[in-house]
Amino acid sequence: MTISSTLAPADPQTKQGTQIQLTDVTKDYGLAIPAVENISLTIEPGEFMTLLGPSGSGKTTTLNLIAGFETLTAGTISLNGADVGNLPPHKRNLGMLFQNYALFPHMTVAQNVAYPLRERKVAKAEIARRVAEVLELVQLPGRDDNYPSQLSGGQQQRVALARAIVFNPKALLLDEPLGALDRNLRGALQAEIRRIHREVGSTFVFVTHDQEEAMNLSDRIALFNSGHIEQVGSPEELYRAPETLFTAKFLGDSNVFDLADASFDTQVGWEGETWSIDPATVSAHPGVLSRSAVVVRPEDVGIVHDRASVPPGANSISATVRDLEYMGSHRIALLALGQSGQAGRARIDALDSTLALGDEVLAWWKPQRQRIVAA
Amino acid sequence: MTMTSRTRRTPAPSWLLLVPALGLLAAILLVPLGQSLLRSVGSPDFTLDHYAGLFTDGVTLTVLGRTAQTAVIVTIVTFLLGYPYAYLMTRVGPRMRGVLLTIVLIPFWTSVMARNFAWIILLQRGGPVQSVFEFFGAGNVVFYGSAVGVTVAMCQVLLPFMVLPLYSSLGSIDRKLLLAARGLGSSPLVAFWKIYWPLSRGGVVSGLILVFTLSLGFYVTPALLGSPQQSLIAQLLAQRTTQLLDFAGAGALGMLVLVVTLALVAWANRVGGSISAIGAVAVTPTKDNS
Amino acid sequence: MTTTLEELDGATPAAPARRRRKDRGVDPIPWWLTTLGVIVALYFILPTLVVIPLSFSADQSFQFPPTEFSLRWYQNFFTNPVWLGSLGNSLLVAALAALLATVVGTAAAVGLSRLTGRLAGFARTLLMISMVTPAIVVAVAIYITFLQWHLTGSLGGYVLAHAAIGVPFVLVSVTSALGGFDPKLLRASASLGASPLRSFIRVTMPLISRGILSGAIFAFVTSFDEVVIALFLRSPTFQTLPVQMYNSVTFELDPTISASSSLVVVVVTAIFLVPQIVGNRKKTR
Repeated sequence: MTISSTLAPADPQTKQGTQIQLTDVTKDYGLAIPAVENISLTIEPGEFMTLLGPSGSGKTTTLNLIAGFETLTAGTISLNGADVGNLPPHKRNLGMLFQNYALFPHMTVAQNVAYPLRERKVAKAEIARRVAEVLELVQLPGRDDNYPSQLSGGQQQRVALARAIVFNPKALLLDEPLGALDRNLRGALQAEIRRIHREVGSTFVFVTHDQEEAMNLSDRIALFNSGHIEQVGSPEELYRAPETLFTAKFLGDSNVFDLADASFDTQVGWEGETWSIDPATVSAHPGVLSRSAVVVRPEDVGIVHDRASVPPGANSISATVRDLEYMGSHRIALLALGQSGQAGRARIDALDSTLALGDEVLAWWKPQRQRIVAA
Repeated sequence: MTMTSRTRRTPAPSWLLLVPALGLLAAILLVPLGQSLLRSVGSPDFTLDHYAGLFTDGVTLTVLGRTAQTAVIVTIVTFLLGYPYAYLMTRVGPRMRGVLLTIVLIPFWTSVMARNFAWIILLQRGGPVQSVFEFFGAGNVVFYGSAVGVTVAMCQVLLPFMVLPLYSSLGSIDRKLLLAARGLGSSPLVAFWKIYWPLSRGGVVSGLILVFTLSLGFYVTPALLGSPQQSLIAQLLAQRTTQLLDFAGAGALGMLVLVVTLALVAWANRVGGSISAIGAVAVTPTKDNS
Repeated sequence: MTTTLEELDGATPAAPARRRRKDRGVDPIPWWLTTLGVIVALYFILPTLVVIPLSFSADQSFQFPPTEFSLRWYQNFFTNPVWLGSLGNSLLVAALAALLATVVGTAAAVGLSRLTGRLAGFARTLLMISMVTPAIVVAVAIYITFLQWHLTGSLGGYVLAHAAIGVPFVLVSVTSALGGFDPKLLRASASLGASPLRSFIRVTMPLISRGILSGAIFAFVTSFDEVVIALFLRSPTFQTLPVQMYNSVTFELDPTISASSSLVVVVVTAIFLVPQIVGNRKKTR
């Protein structure tokens, strides 16, 4: 990884970033269920890969396995084809960011950033130069003699970032680094991280439970569920083409219609309605136990007051308007769908005043915009 | 350093770090106490005569009784004085709390000899305490050489051991609970009895047990301020060892005191989680225990 | 020690003084509680303070309050070879015992912080055992055993015995410092390329140095003031200061003890208070 062409000699092996390969990785703590089981994932050189999932899904464990803080129960992890085995963390040359920054409180900013260079016996003058350069990169010049306690959370995380990249690591691992920051700051730092990734060009592995953050930052997302990878793909792939209900529900909002019978072809029934199915929208992995669901995003749902207004070819269902949420740029209509009155959402224009609470309406969508996923 | 196996990297070196400390304590504490135990049961033979002797020699039981009585009085007095003080500490602002805490801790750090000497000065014939009593017309009251004098001095020395576990426990009680109870209609007394007191019980038990066990083993204060006719168990033990040279009997007596102490501490540990409180107290030396 | 204060004073808020005063308005402290508190506070410190005026007395007796004043007892303390010798012995024993206890105790604290399970808990209890054993029982046992090992009346015997009782204080102090230590720092250090040993030296040690120092001071003062074991281990040729003080109220009535007591009281209080004041100044900076 190179910070710039004028920086320390770029390691030819890492010039384009490091490929990280996980093959059948399993980590078992001896409890009933392993933390991660048979994880296989290839992170491409220079890629920004996010490990996304709820708490306990195994994403942090996987990151720790890559870093070497946990030992593998089974499987292999390779960096650019070389098996790291159970190499201790201090020999893996991977930079790491932590949620609580983990800056050394007894050292100044400059000393913190210089720490990895001192460990590598870099010459003093060279250290000073590189520290200054990397602090410039994270936009914190002139803070050299401050102590971490004198900096804000955002500043501390930027120092941590500087410290983690100053020694040209093979890849950068980020463990929910923005979790401790408030919303606005988080947005600003997300932009920073994206910018630095572009400039530095190395492989970033990012862990978060925040799906918006993941979609915002990543080239690809690996979605974790209970120790397995549910789906890997670009943010758009995961959002538009989820393969399972878990994925559909985790990223963004959805209207979910459970299907009792899985033997559908071009049509499926739900509470008396008949809906057409576009085969292209059927998930590649149909439900094993004959359970599937129809998933429709709120922004793909339109609302009309009578059946005649429903566009031809569209699927529809009767609904009652339960509530209207004002989100500023748009509105969300909370609906009670069908006879069972299950909860649903539709996105409507902010200026739309045709809807009122209690209205009996019809929700409709195009078959191309729905997904059939495994449930 | 490369790992060959896929096992957990449990640091075996961590146990190595414990070896010097464990070695030191084994040699200096466990071995002597072990030898003492062996001696008390008549090693290399086995006999319980020494223990039986304790109960039949006519002195031990009396002294034990006296010691226990003193310990109980000291425990009660320190409790009555210590609980309000600890409570006050939780009520005041941080600065004042620091001051109050320092006042508690400094006596620890003052030499036990200096403190006992101070009491000698105060309680001696012709000393300030007697003068005060004279002022009130009670003339010939000399507490030096009396059980009362010993008790008063012991209370002062042991009071910090009551206050610290209490403070530690009271400090963690959320006072809003009391206010909530008052808001719901309880009188202050009832609120205290039903809410505050039960929550403070852990610290109370720690403090009571700690002071009681320390009182049992006290040596310097009764030796300096008491009279030989009113010896406490520690003095008896010393006498057995250095004057009577009855090592086996001393061993038996020592074991008895030790077992009682350890049993009480173990029980307090279960009841009130007191090891942590003792730990809190423990950053200050068990001064008059020495 | 600030460590002690911070340990026990978990309820200290960082809130400014202004907020505190408002709180007190809602629920004032009853007068009887304050009075009782003052009485108890006086009970804590007043008795000990009498040694100070007495040390300036010109009298041969322990009469208090003193009628005439002189510095003769201080003079005697610093010139009499018996007193000076015992002072020197105490300082030497305390320094060596503290050193031994600190090294051994710090290692144990670090080791225990990494271990879990029943065996580790058992080891910890074992190391703390001298806190709850009555000192007289321990002293007698050590005395008899040391007689066999020819360690009575020797520097080595004193140092070993005092180190053994000093270890728990070091253990508690360092463990407490380690408790406030963020384990992620060690992971960060490892990710940056430092081996476990280097991480310990560059990260752990500096951050727990305060705890180590505290523990060392605790161990020092514990040894310096220790009486019971010292009484049993003494010999005519080797005595510590507390033993000499004990002699001066039992065998020979020597008022030098008042000078000795005052010095000890003042010095130890200073050792205790100075870090607090300095610590408070640092906080307000």
